[in-house]
Amino acid sequence: MSTHATTFGVPHRKMAMWVFIGSECMFFGSLIATYLSYKGKSVVGPTPAEILNIPLTSVSTFVLLMSSLAMVLALDAVQRDDTRQAKIWIGGVIVLGGIFLAGQVYEFSHFYHEGLTLQQNLFGSTFFVLTGFHGAHVTVGVIWMATLLVMAFRGRLGPERSLDVEVAGLYWHFVDVVWIVIFTVVYLIQ
Amino acid sequence: MNAAPTDTVQHESIYSGSIASWLTTVDHKRIGVMYGATALLYFIVGGVEALIIRLQLAAPEGAVVGADAYNQLFTMHGTTMVFLVLMPLAAAMFNFLIPLMVGARDVAFPRLNAFSFWTWFFGAILLNLAFFVNQAPDAGWFGYANLTSKQYNPGLGIDFWVLSLQIMGIASIASGVNFTVTALNMRAPGMSLMRMPLFVWMALIVQILMLLAFPAITVGLIFLLFDRFFDTNFYVAAAGGTPVLWQHLFWIFGHPEVYILILPSFGIVSEILPTFSRKPLFGAPFVIFSGILIGFLGFGVWSHHMFTTGLGPIADTAFSLGTMLIAIPTGVKIFNWIGTLWGGHIVMRTPLYFAVGMVALFIVGGLSGIMHASAPIDLQQHDSYFVVAHLHYVFFGGTVFGLLAGVCYWWPKVTGRMLGEGLGKLSFWVMFLGMNLTFFPMHFLGLDGMARRIYTYPAGAGWEQWNLMATVGAFVLTLGVLLFYVNLVRSLRSGEAATPDPWDGATLEWSMSSPPPEYNFAVIPTVNSARPLWLHKYGPTRDISTHTREDGTPPQPDHPVERIELPSPSHWPLVAAAGLTLAGGGTMVGLLPVLAGVAVLVVAVYWWAFQPLERPGNPIFEPARGTE
Repeated sequence: MSTHATTFGVPHRKMAMWVFIGSECMFFGSLIATYLSYKGKSVVGPTPAEILNIPLTSVSTFVLLMSSLAMVLALDAVQRDDTRQAKIWIGGVIVLGGIFLAGQVYEFSHFYHEGLTLQQNLFGSTFFVLTGFHGAHVTVGVIWMATLLVMAFRGRLGPERSLDVEVAGLYWHFVDVVWIVIFTVVYLIQ
Repeated sequence: MNAAPTDTVQHESIYSGSIASWLTTVDHKRIGVMYGATALLYFIVGGVEALIIRLQLAAPEGAVVGADAYNQLFTMHGTTMVFLVLMPLAAAMFNFLIPLMVGARDVAFPRLNAFSFWTWFFGAILLNLAFFVNQAPDAGWFGYANLTSKQYNPGLGIDFWVLSLQIMGIASIASGVNFTVTALNMRAPGMSLMRMPLFVWMALIVQILMLLAFPAITVGLIFLLFDRFFDTNFYVAAAGGTPVLWQHLFWIFGHPEVYILILPSFGIVSEILPTFSRKPLFGAPFVIFSGILIGFLGFGVWSHHMFTTGLGPIADTAFSLGTMLIAIPTGVKIFNWIGTLWGGHIVMRTPLYFAVGMVALFIVGGLSGIMHASAPIDLQQHDSYFVVAHLHYVFFGGTVFGLLAGVCYWWPKVTGRMLGEGLGKLSFWVMFLGMNLTFFPMHFLGLDGMARRIYTYPAGAGWEQWNLMATVGAFVLTLGVLLFYVNLVRSLRSGEAATPDPWDGATLEWSMSSPPPEYNFAVIPTVNSARPLWLHKYGPTRDISTHTREDGTPPQPDHPVERIELPSPSHWPLVAAAGLTLAGGGTMVGLLPVLAGVAVLVVAVYWWAFQPLERPGNPIFEPARGTE
């Protein structure tokens, strides 16, 4: 079935990922809209200005953006049938994504000790649910990349499988782009 | 499983086989049949719930059920009809017809399709399990915040409702992706977008609406889950939140959902009217672009459900205007349908009765809808029986009549059997009478001030005779539905065998045997017209009524002329759906079932991902000898 020509010349799975990303935009859009509409409505502290650590999060944002670069290089390596580079860059995506997640775990536990819990106020609820669901998306992406890495080590990630990497890459880049919006809305525009 | 080269080909075998073959099937036709059969069963469940409601309201101070049971009944009636009947019945037709109509051998992702079905199936069971713990959801199908909060609604009912809706939402997103790609990317050579059948067009718009609308309710339900399970305060005014947030998120989903429910019927009617008028759809491009416009505008009008929350004059004006704008493309469509019938050589068969009935009844519901669009009028009608009348004219008159028209029209293609004409027309007239008898009096009840969702009313309010009439109507309607079901069963048992093309149709699904062979198309057709079969049968003319058929035989050969490989059955979609439901439903019990469900889901997804679509033993059809 997959060998048949498609109407638009785009593989089904690639089109499916784009369509799914459209749906995901509405998902994160709803979460972000809720965060914005509840901004400043908390009846108790801590407030975003009191607790958000912009320098720290800027570093983890940079790390996540660099993971997109690694993703691009990984796809390029797979398409060139360069297994060594493919392993390096897929591994790079995993490490950079992992650092971002570690930063989020540190941030969440730090906030918790500072008194910002999920239940503390509306800021806490909207912040943790929004960034938490983003973190869950990154986690899924890391597991997906780890699966690709295992495939690469087993010699099963040749150029004929480059679509697997490309579709995973679309997802990964989307999760990155969403973070840029979240970082801007939550951290930079207070 | 080579097709034997015999003279008379019996393709009914696509439905024969063990239970296991149904559980593991990835065939879009079988999945469509499973959607349809399950939806028709839930139609009975939702109908019985409605009948109890009507019995309770037949006379003042009704005592058939108490207030609590009544709340559960109208909640489950609404939720069942929307998510367990109308959407899956439309999904049944999307499944069965989209690949056939665009000239494809299956959907883009056959296993994802099976996963969608089983996820919806288990989600629907989870919802109804609430009855068995005697705590059915009772906050309305709209589940307004505060009615659903742990404080005011501590039982399990709302948990069942939230979790099952969330699970069924995943099924909707998955099938939305699947059918969008199928319609866009699997069209036969030559089938440009403007040659795509109207039903597929409306189905495509529905998929896009589902993809963009469901995330809003998903987020709303997530907040509700957090409020109920983790004591957050998303909808709690005391903490600075607002219950109106739920209304926004719900209706950003809920209003597109209205079009998700009605557009399939628009597509069905747009196929049936040309066939039985013997002429092409009048102004087909206008119908297509009107559908797109309805879908687009449908995202900008959600707050017309919320005029009474006090959004302010600017918002009320904007949402009023937007809502009134939708009347324009809708009116265009109705004009086009009437223009199709006008001057046609009309063939009075059962599908046409239901299709014309749909147009007529939808106009009634559409007109009362325009009345609600005006904010000051809506303030009078809000939460009254006038709204109940409106929404049932749209959902029953519009959606159900349209879907049943589709059932009548494509039944021969799906089952290989004709429906009884006499019984079909009788069931139409009884349903038509019953529907108007039930829902038209509700206009008067609403204008006389009877509120929705009250479980009883005092004598002397002037509501007695209309309520009694509505209850009598509900039983007439039930009789009509029963006649319809009897017709289906009789057809399956002893119906006349259907030819490949019983209605002289114009679209590709009529080009092969009824039911279609497992591989759909022996030859993938090349399409040169929006009405490829009429082109094949009558040549290039728009007025087929004055032409005789040039070729009476369907263009699809009885045997494959090339080697056809179909995907292998797989049980992993079923297992993944079961794991997902266990993980979701398990949250009401404890951590262990959740972890078990997640583990099952992860294992199933990995097996699925690494299992080739086509494995040794998959269905392979070789060309018959002598046809190569």
